[in-house]
Order: sequence, then structure tokens, then C-alpha cells
Amino acid sequence: MTRKLTYGQAFNEAVRQAMAADDDIFCAGEDIGAFGGVFQTYAGLQAEFGERRVVDTPISEQAIIGLGVGAAASGLRPIVDIMFMDFLCVAFDQIVNQAAKIKYMFGGAATIPLTITTGGGAGLSAAAQHSQSLEALLCHIPGLKVVQPSNPYDAKGLMTACIREDNPTIMVLHKRLLGMQGEVPEEAYEIPLGKANILREGSDVTVVGWGRMANEALDAAEKLAAEGIDVEVIDPRTLQPFDTATVVESVRKTNRVVIVHEAVRFGGLGGEIAAQIQEEAFDYLDAPVARIAAPFSPVPFSPVLEQIYLPSADDIEDGIRGVLARPGV
Amino acid sequence: MELSTEVQMDLHRRMVRIRLFEEAAGKLAEAAKLPGFLHLYVGQEAVASGVCAALTDADQITSTHRGHGHLVAKGGQFNEMMAELMAKSTGYNKGKGGSMHISNLDVGMLGANGIVGAGAPIAVGAGFADKYRGEGNVAVAFFGDGSTNIGAFHEAANMACALKLPVVFACENNEYGEFTAREKTMAITDIIDRAAGYGMPGVIVDGMDVVAVHEAATEAVARARRGDGPSLIEAKTYRYYNHHGVQNLGLKYRTDDEVAEWRERDPIFTFEEHLIANGTASRADIDAIWAELRADIETAIEFAEASPVPTADQLLVDVYTEMAPTATEVSA
Repeated sequence: MTRKLTYGQAFNEAVRQAMAADDDIFCAGEDIGAFGGVFQTYAGLQAEFGERRVVDTPISEQAIIGLGVGAAASGLRPIVDIMFMDFLCVAFDQIVNQAAKIKYMFGGAATIPLTITTGGGAGLSAAAQHSQSLEALLCHIPGLKVVQPSNPYDAKGLMTACIREDNPTIMVLHKRLLGMQGEVPEEAYEIPLGKANILREGSDVTVVGWGRMANEALDAAEKLAAEGIDVEVIDPRTLQPFDTATVVESVRKTNRVVIVHEAVRFGGLGGEIAAQIQEEAFDYLDAPVARIAAPFSPVPFSPVLEQIYLPSADDIEDGIRGVLARPGV
Repeated sequence: MELSTEVQMDLHRRMVRIRLFEEAAGKLAEAAKLPGFLHLYVGQEAVASGVCAALTDADQITSTHRGHGHLVAKGGQFNEMMAELMAKSTGYNKGKGGSMHISNLDVGMLGANGIVGAGAPIAVGAGFADKYRGEGNVAVAFFGDGSTNIGAFHEAANMACALKLPVVFACENNEYGEFTAREKTMAITDIIDRAAGYGMPGVIVDGMDVVAVHEAATEAVARARRGDGPSLIEAKTYRYYNHHGVQNLGLKYRTDDEVAEWRERDPIFTFEEHLIANGTASRADIDAIWAELRADIETAIEFAEASPVPTADQLLVDVYTEMAPTATEVSA
């Protein structure tokens, strides 16, 4: 049965159902116990499963990830929360040098079924240290999987898949989507990691975007549909491993592509995706691959500046018009 | 209380195994037969041996750059260890980890670690799993004096105490962090001064005295198993060789006289004198142990040298655990 849940509630339900089914799953993080997490994404879980399984930790990001790594190597299936994505930087050794590499370094002997959850993205005037989209840093590290849902249905299905994963996986919830409502099945279900979702089919241009930007892309597509411009919107859902095949197949059909992300443009995933597209579909392109992304600056505090900083449906619309302005071959 | 003959001979055997493995590794490195870096444990044998003799196979340890000794003491086998140091596919890590990441989960050794201080948070996780399961197992974090200056150690120590986890923090204070003397990098002399800040007991032991280390470890492990939380053991010890490699004398950051002073208190030879004086073992018994273990080392070197290197198709194996397709997908 399906009913409406918010993005945050859908995530919470995935955790709750997984914990109810498997005692090896526990959660640990700052303020997630009695308080339920600063975004309430862990609300009610300690009341249901107790302090043994939903653990309030000190403000110690390295030790939180280390707790997860050591417990995972010991056979448990930890879910550890790092409140804001920016704070992953505090724990980067444990994420990059330990969690991601232990399996390989140990010749395959270790398995690290660790899920790291965190809140990413801008739009709350939370300024430069509570607003970043750092997925490119994570996707650069062999051994990690990186996921960002764009809607409530995906939040539940992808989180269920992350918990089931036998690899270290980082689930990035977008803070501005936490209240987004959508249809969510009551039963547990998984959305496979590494498979993109075509949110909207179209024939004139492909837009690739994830998290909140997937929704901005849909808004742009709806607006342009009134003009007879048929936009295909692809949400990769999983950023590492990236589903290049689905994007390339779409580009071979539309011959034009716009990639949009909230992270800064330089060194962002857009560059990597563009490179893969030109490697695999160069002869199909009628226009250079366009990137819509944040400028190379920290996220500003000022709401006025932040709005300028963030890519929007209008920016995506401009990008689409740009690639369509090029004559076809 | 005098330890039983069996325990004393076990402690001795662990130390000799470490010494022989490390000296052999050093010679192989000099002969350019080991790729990469080598951090030798020689001089510190009493610490790993004394602590690991207090543990079961189900107890887990995390280690340091200088990790061979910990793995040997925890029950690691010479063949697979030597093969790993030689980067062979028969090594514990299939030739993908080497000296700095050598590990064997079957004996509860969660890896040497190339990042100073990084093992301590992982030991907290292992200890968390022990408490979660309630089977009475414990985790031990080995770390050097230098790593108590890095944030990961402080976070791990505080968290272990806050959550009252069965973790023993075993500090090997060998007086040098890499190539810099301890007194230049911290304003305290004793690492246990830090213990009170986390609310755990700390005890200093002579790290050249395997019995003293073992007794302190036995007490700390028992406390952890009882559910009374973490302890810090500081073993004052010394590494005979340089931070890495096989040079031992003529180093810029310490004197040869200092090395000689510590060597006079060699953990193995002083313990052997004790064993003989107490009638626990004869010189002939001890010589036979060395001879037996030397033969094992020779066998391990032959095994490692005869083993194949990894094949090219192993390059991308084990980056990820392969996942079976999910059975419960539902469509949107």
C-alpha cells in the first residue's frame, strides 16, 4: 500500500524496517537518540529500538566513522550519521583511508557493510560550512558508493539498498528536500544502486541532475514543454558507481545534453560525466556538453547571494536553450 | 604471583618469534627482496607478546605502522606474513597490503595501519561490536606515543569511555615519533597523564619486562570483559632500529649510547636469564626453541620466495564486495 510521506520520513521508515528485520543493524551519531537527529531523520528510532541500537555519540566525527568501520569489520551492519556533509571532512581519514580501502588492502578478507548518512546541499542560509555538495570528493575514492535521492520514494528505496550493501556507502540526503511529500509504499523495497532513473522521457535534449537539481530540471522541462521542447531528465540516483550507459543511451537519442549540479563547476562530477559522454557518444553530439553548476566560491550566507549562487530551473532552462541553439549536424 | 611455566614459555616463544621474523625481514630488505617501507618492531617484543597472551582469538586488535610484531603475537603465521612482505599472492593480504597493512581477521588482527592514530577509532568499533553482542570479547588498540598527539586518538579514547566499551588502549612509548624525540612534541613525560582526561585508569609498565606487561594487560582485559570499561597501559619501550629500514646506529636524532643502554635491558635476553635462574627452562631448552623457530623462518622465506606474484587480473579484484542482484525491487 502507498501513502504520502516526506523525504525525511521515507528515509526514517527504511531505517526502521531494516532494523526491525536484522539485529546486526545499529545507528550511531550526534543527537540521533532522544532528539531524533537535527533533521529528525532518526526520530522515534531510539524509543523503538532502545539505547543499545540507537546510540548518541560525542561530537567526534573521526571516531563515529571509526566506530562504524570497526563494527562493520567485526560483522555488524552500522549506520552512522554525520550531521552535515561538510563534517565528513573532519573524518576524511576514516572514510578515505580506512573504510574505502580496508577490503582491498586486506586482500578481500574484510567486508565493510557500513552506511554513512549525512545532510548535504545549500539553500538554508547555513553558510559555507553547513551547505556544501562534496559528492565529487567522495566519488573520486575507489571503494566507496555514493547515493543522493531526489524524492521520498527514492529516499526509502535507496536507503534500504544502502543498508543491504556490503560496501561502505554514503547516503547524502538533501536538506532542502526533507519536507518534500511523495507516494511511498509501506512495504520495504530496494532501488538498486548504480542504476539511473529516467524521471521524464524526452527527445530533444537530455538533462542529468541529482538531488534537488533533479527537481529543478523537471521544473525547467515542464516549462519548456509548453513551447514544444521535449526534455529528457535523468536522475543518476547513485553517483558512484555512475550509470554511464543510461546517460549515453539518452544522448545518442537526443544528441544534446546539459549536466546540472549544486556543487561548484570546477572539478565537479559534471566534468567527469561530460568526459564519459564524449568518449562514448562523440559522434552523436550536436552541441558541446553544457554544465550548469555553482560558481567557484564558498556557499554565501546572504540569502540574496545564495540564491544567485545556486543553480535554478531558470539557469537550467537557459542551458537547455543554449545547447538547442546550436544547429544539428 | 609467579606465572605458570606454560604461560612464561608462551610469552618467551611469542617474543622470539617476533625477533626472528623481524631480523629476517630486515635482512631481506637489505637484500632488496622486500618492496616498499619496512618498520621493524625489534626491541618492543615484550609489549605485543605480553598483551596478546592475555587475549583469545575472538578478541581483536588494531595496530600501527610497526605492525608485524602485533600480528605475530596474535597468532599470525610466518609463511603468509613473509609472503605478504614479499608482495606474493599467497600472503595474508594477497600481496595488496604489504608491511603497512598486514592483517589477518581469523586471528583477530584488524590490520597494521599506514595512518598514525587511525587504529584507535577502529578498535572502538570492534569494542562496540563486542559489547553489542555481549559475548565477553574485547578489543585492544596498540599505538605509539606519537599517535597520542593526533585527534583520532582523543576522539577514540573519549568515545570508548563515554560508551563504556571493552577496549584496552595499549601505548608503546618508544620515546620517538618517527624521527623526533617525544620531549619535543609533548609537554608531558608519561602518556598515562592523558588517561584521567577521559575517565579511565592508566598504568605505566616496564615495556622491556614481558611479565610486567602481561600482568597489566591481564588486569585491563579482565576489567574490560567485566564491563567496567577501558584502560590505558603505557609500556615504556624502545625500538632498536630506525623508524623505518634497518639502520640502527649513527642516527641523527638519538645517540648510540642510548641504544646500547636499552639493549642491555633486552626483553628477550633478560627474560631468558630469569627463566634459567628460576629453573623454568634450561639454556638447552631455550636454544632448542630458537633453533626450531629459525627453521620455521627459513621455511617461510622459502615458501614466500617460491610463491607467485599476483596476476594482472587481480588488480581490480576486491575494490568492492560483489553484490548479488536484489530480489525485492518494486517499481515506482
